Amino acid sequence: MRLTGSQLRCVRGGREIFAGLDFTADAGEALAVVGANGAGKTSLLRLIAGLIAPAGGSVTFVGGDDDLSPAEQAHYLGHRDALKSALSVMENLAFWRAALGGEATNIDAALNAVGLDHIAQLPAAFLSAGQRRRLSIARLLAVKRPIWLLDEPTSSLDANGQAMMADLMRSHLSGGGVIVAATHLPLGIPARELRIGATA
Amino acid sequence: MTALIALLRRDIQVALRVGGGALIGVLFFLIVVVLMPFAVGPDLALLKKLGPAILWLGALLASLLTLDRLFAADHDDGSLDLLTMSRTPLELICLTKAVAHWLVAGLPLIVATPILGLLLNLDGDATLAVALTLLAGTPALTFTGMIGAALAVALRRGGLLLAVLVLPLSIPVLIFGVAASNAAVIEPAGFGAPFSILCALSLAGLVIGPLAAAASLRHGLD
Repeated sequence: MRLTGSQLRCVRGGREIFAGLDFTADAGEALAVVGANGAGKTSLLRLIAGLIAPAGGSVTFVGGDDDLSPAEQAHYLGHRDALKSALSVMENLAFWRAALGGEATNIDAALNAVGLDHIAQLPAAFLSAGQRRRLSIARLLAVKRPIWLLDEPTSSLDANGQAMMADLMRSHLSGGGVIVAATHLPLGIPARELRIGATA
Repeated sequence: MTALIALLRRDIQVALRVGGGALIGVLFFLIVVVLMPFAVGPDLALLKKLGPAILWLGALLASLLTLDRLFAADHDDGSLDLLTMSRTPLELICLTKAVAHWLVAGLPLIVATPILGLLLNLDGDATLAVALTLLAGTPALTFTGMIGAALAVALRRGGLLLAVLVLPLSIPVLIFGVAASNAAVIEPAGFGAPFSILCALSLAGLVIGPLAAAASLRHGLD
């Protein structure tokens, strides 16, 4: 499996963020997108996720399911956590497992892996920022998708949480997955660096 | 299919729980209709004549009131991003969201109509006619409103814009809804034609609404 971006160009609000960006990530490889604030790290992730149309270039994913677009084979962990406050932890996760489609796994195991199993029935409104993050991460485990697009995955996680995230990423990579992460902090796993906006 | 059922269930659950706002529309409907007899005065004949129009107007405004959160809530918390990335076509997702919205915001209006009809001095037949036309017509309001809600998300913070965009589209529904209800009261033979057109508007909305809303959401992604 190989995720490739070729000659990607991104324009936001009439301003060119980056152009001529190439990258590849093979199965089992993590790509750490680094760059200054506003360099376009999030834009690159959203572009791969199909949430922004590229102004030029294309993203291809070889070796996955040919009937699906790269976006449909990717998990996107963004700044906004896509949780409904009125629903419980379990209901939120169960919804996304059903809605995202793809090979579903055991929901209790996913909650257990992120350390939220003891508050499964608590409404998401009462979760802390770190717990909301953990619940978003549980979504990556509840549905198997080969590409993980992570935007600041360790933000608001405590030391335990960061170690847990590193373990989860390691096991995703060893299972042949691909990770593209935008980050300012060390990921805790070996990752190839993709620097954007270096010339700006 | 599982994904759509899950989405329908989630939207209904979120709307019915605390802070979900499912009752806002029907409360607004209640306020408009309850206040009207006080504004018009105790002229029972006049109230009876205006009754179907007041009920329809109240239902139209109530459905506009709740529609602007149809996509905005999911957009704000990032759910819309993930729904776009799901393996279900966005058109079907839009359709499901509209159906869920109609079930929690449109259906209560119809259930409340017989009670509110009493306040407007409508007899049984007239109330039944209004409820029937609302049942046939409110889906059209939801589906056309959905297009506006999707555009408002794309244009960011378009709460008032929604009303401006949707109002022209809802005028035909209002005209034929009131015409059919009035026909039922005055001259039963005239009920069929406007009622059929009302059904046609809802069916056309069912097809066009999800397509247009999905196109608008795709275009407005950022």
